[in-house]
Amino acid sequence: MQFWVIQTLNSFALGGLLFLLSSGFSLIFGLMRVPNLAHGAFFMLGAYIGVSTMGQVGGNFWLGVIGGGLGVAVLGGVLERFILRRLAGNEQGQVLVTLGFAFIIADLCLVAWGGDPIPVPAPSYVNRPLFFAGLAFPTYRFVVLGVAVAMAVVLHVVMDRTRLGAMIRAGVDDMQMARGIGIKASQLFTIVFCLGAALAGAGGVLGGPITSAYPGLDADMLPLALVVVILGGVGSLLGAFVGSFAIGFIYNFGIALFPDLAYVILFLPMVLVLVWRPQGLFGRLLR
Amino acid sequence: MSRALASAVALAVALAVLPWILGNTFYVNLSSQILIYALFALSINLLSGYAGLTSLGQAAYFGGAAYACAWLVNRVGLDQTTAACAAVLFGTGLAALFGVLSLRASGLGFLMITLALGQIVWGVAYRWVELTGGDNGMRMGARPSPLGLDISRPMPFYYFTAIVFGIALYCLWRLARSPFGASLRGTRDQPRRMRMLGYHVWLVQWVAFVMSGFWAAVAGVLFVYYNQFVSPITLSLQQSAEVLLMSILGGAGTLAGPIVGAIVITLVKNVVSSYLDRWNTLLGVIFVVSVIFMPEGIVPGSLRLWRRFTGAGTAAPKPVAKTS
Amino acid sequence: MKQMKRRTVLKGLAAGAGLATLGAPAIAQANPIRLGFLTVKTGPLASGGIQMEQGLMLYLKNRGMKIAGRPVEVFTGDTGGSPAVTRTKLQEMVERDKIHCMIGPLDTASALAVDDYIRSAELPTMSVAAADDMTQRHPNPWFVRGTSTSSQCSQPAADYCAKTLGWKRMGTIADDLAYGHEMCSGFLRVFEENGGKIVQKLWPPLTVPDYGTYIAQLKTDLDGLFIGFAGSNGYRWVHQLTEYGLRDKVRMMGGMTAVDESLFKAMGDEAVGLLSASWYSAALDTPTNRKFVEQMRKDYDVEPGFYAAATNTEASVFDAACQAVDGKVEDKAAFMKALRATDIKDTVRGPVKFDDLGDAIASVYIRRVDKVNGRLQNTVIHTYENVSQFWTYGEKAFLANPVYSRDYPPATHLE
Repeated sequence: MQFWVIQTLNSFALGGLLFLLSSGFSLIFGLMRVPNLAHGAFFMLGAYIGVSTMGQVGGNFWLGVIGGGLGVAVLGGVLERFILRRLAGNEQGQVLVTLGFAFIIADLCLVAWGGDPIPVPAPSYVNRPLFFAGLAFPTYRFVVLGVAVAMAVVLHVVMDRTRLGAMIRAGVDDMQMARGIGIKASQLFTIVFCLGAALAGAGGVLGGPITSAYPGLDADMLPLALVVVILGGVGSLLGAFVGSFAIGFIYNFGIALFPDLAYVILFLPMVLVLVWRPQGLFGRLLR
Repeated sequence: MSRALASAVALAVALAVLPWILGNTFYVNLSSQILIYALFALSINLLSGYAGLTSLGQAAYFGGAAYACAWLVNRVGLDQTTAACAAVLFGTGLAALFGVLSLRASGLGFLMITLALGQIVWGVAYRWVELTGGDNGMRMGARPSPLGLDISRPMPFYYFTAIVFGIALYCLWRLARSPFGASLRGTRDQPRRMRMLGYHVWLVQWVAFVMSGFWAAVAGVLFVYYNQFVSPITLSLQQSAEVLLMSILGGAGTLAGPIVGAIVITLVKNVVSSYLDRWNTLLGVIFVVSVIFMPEGIVPGSLRLWRRFTGAGTAAPKPVAKTS
Repeated sequence: MKQMKRRTVLKGLAAGAGLATLGAPAIAQANPIRLGFLTVKTGPLASGGIQMEQGLMLYLKNRGMKIAGRPVEVFTGDTGGSPAVTRTKLQEMVERDKIHCMIGPLDTASALAVDDYIRSAELPTMSVAAADDMTQRHPNPWFVRGTSTSSQCSQPAADYCAKTLGWKRMGTIADDLAYGHEMCSGFLRVFEENGGKIVQKLWPPLTVPDYGTYIAQLKTDLDGLFIGFAGSNGYRWVHQLTEYGLRDKVRMMGGMTAVDESLFKAMGDEAVGLLSASWYSAALDTPTNRKFVEQMRKDYDVEPGFYAAATNTEASVFDAACQAVDGKVEDKAAFMKALRATDIKDTVRGPVKFDDLGDAIASVYIRRVDKVNGRLQNTVIHTYENVSQFWTYGEKAFLANPVYSRDYPPATHLE
């Protein structure tokens, strides 16, 4: 009983973390058709910047989250404005450039922050487990879940109710048409790329108290983002949301029930979905 | 035709005299490695270049064949020739199966499926310790002796690799110029028109996928001969990405491009890294810079720049890979 | 020309360090001993690899870059953790730089990838990688390993848990790779032969950032848990146990890298009280080690752990063997013989000698993390002296069994 309760909570918490990781990826992918393979590196860089920011501002966790998000957003903006922009429609070029950036970011993080893991302290008021019904569960994981849900709601409102959201939705649906009705793709792309990068950066800091910041975090997280987005369907916020929690459950229960499949458990559902429904659960057909 | 023949002769001569120029066995070995990676990059070029399908799972057939070869020789005790054929067959078969699954999508969906399938093969190699030795990898034992020739020394092995590479290059060259090559490029540029013209687009792409897997498997067998060792890293996403980068970096859809890409990346990883601690950054910078300034790849890009400099518009020489 | 640059740097280093010994009578400038060094300086394994370089260079600097009267030239190769690159780098060192012997590489897969090459090149190698069979069922005649096999420290750890701590029911958790398998299975064998029962085995993949699902599976009624993690995973495991409020409820015995000194900065007070077994502790109270730790802190600002001590120990072995052959490392067979015959009383890890397969016979320490003067340290609470890779079984009986693996010896008490 205890096992099922804790695993369920774990699945929700991991789902929250995955949503923070993959919502930005999905947005960028959906609107710009850029498979941003630097997304894992953005996540890791966010965690590092966040923990350094906390050091500068006397340990306030939320300022760290903002710092991580902003720092990576700026980098993302530069990357989009000066490089990705030139490669519109050149899918392979984008793969190459984003991977190149992933290499550079990972290598420079090693120079800047060293090879040892750096703990990201959670706010002290949630830094102890919550006890209920004879069980214990880390309070901070509820925070991650809460933030993820709040972020999902905010993003949903932005997408559904605002002008920006309408433009993004139009762009995801049909970029040429959107251009035709006067949407400035150029600005829109920069905004969305910054937003996606900011989500990854902030997600890195928010995930930090669980994962810590360490070299290799980027490579550990990137496949997770890909899996979630493929499962949920690209460009769909709902897809990223449902995909995150689905993967959270598949991962936690799959590993516990079929420990021998631990290494492939993430990718089997992805292949099944892709073969059975290439557009993902909620997305549109890719291209 | 005569120019192509001249290029071929020039390339053959260059490959033949190269080890004598290099002298040191280290450089001879390095050249063998470059040829193996170049073949690997040429294999993925069939997909990423001619068919316009970006695959992130090519290591599965390369590493799969390498594992199969080592396993058949070492654990089953098959003779080298049978093992090599079976290994290539295994890699090709894997590609045939994965092709069926991946070609249900195109574009980014294709990229994702190949990635996922590649990760599954990697996971199996990592986890199925009884079969693969897990992360400790598997040893090959000794190199074979084709036709009774001993290729255990660097020089003979280089020539062995160069001959296989030459045959492969010839086949791929013929393929690129064949009607099949034309229809493959057609499926990339004008899939709808191709369909209307009565081509079975899916079948054309699948055949290209299988051929790509075949050459990747051949490269994989050479790889395991060279290293006499194979470990899960050979199957990793990193390896798949690296070979894709080789093919795009040099110039996708050309024959010389993947070769140049293989040269650049192999040299940075193995030679430049001895002098430059931040060689990973350098590699990243090379990717970024080459894409920005030569979006079509290093080989076509340099040709374009060269032509602009010399003002020669039409009579551009066909690029010949130089391995120095 | 690039070659020149690297050498010039080294010579500068040697000159700087050599100033101290300026008063000594000038020895005729012999040809340098060319020492290859394979490590990892980029990517996820870089932390350990960089410490390896520091530990080695510190030793050589202290000797004025001179061993047995000959200057030492070090050729460093960064493998990036890739077996194929490791092979190329080693070829470069052997064929172009003509190295006489080699220290490294870091990871087991890379060490195995160059195994046959080392045999054919007849290159005396001082290994750091831990895979059991490199000095057991497939011994390489050109190998010595001054550190230990994967199971060499976990076997005494099991002995300590069963006999001294009196634990009866234990679980094991380790990274799902050969290093983890060998450690846990060595632990299992000794623990169960001493009356204990391993009732749970967990194998998280190496690259898992979140251990929540494993914590949920962890049995709560264990006497103790053996944790065989590598890299920074030991830190993440302990940290996440703390998150779940279980840190104080689970008693743990760590493998040789799970509670490494290099993780102390990250772990903080969560680490206090953790037990572990390793062939080294930075808190080892010998003059040689105290000096080493002090210098590492001063020169590189790091807490030396497993990796720094590994190459420093190998450097001592290298030094001793060079002395024994009077600096004549060119005679590889004689040098190799000298390496194997090394019997040093005083390395950073304590005395070291080798068995006839080239693995160290040396002390294994049971350590407890304490906070002393505001600083965490692995206090040695028990020492097993002269521990061989075969533990108490004897070479012949030990090698008659298959190598330790995920399912061998089989766990018969799982619940």
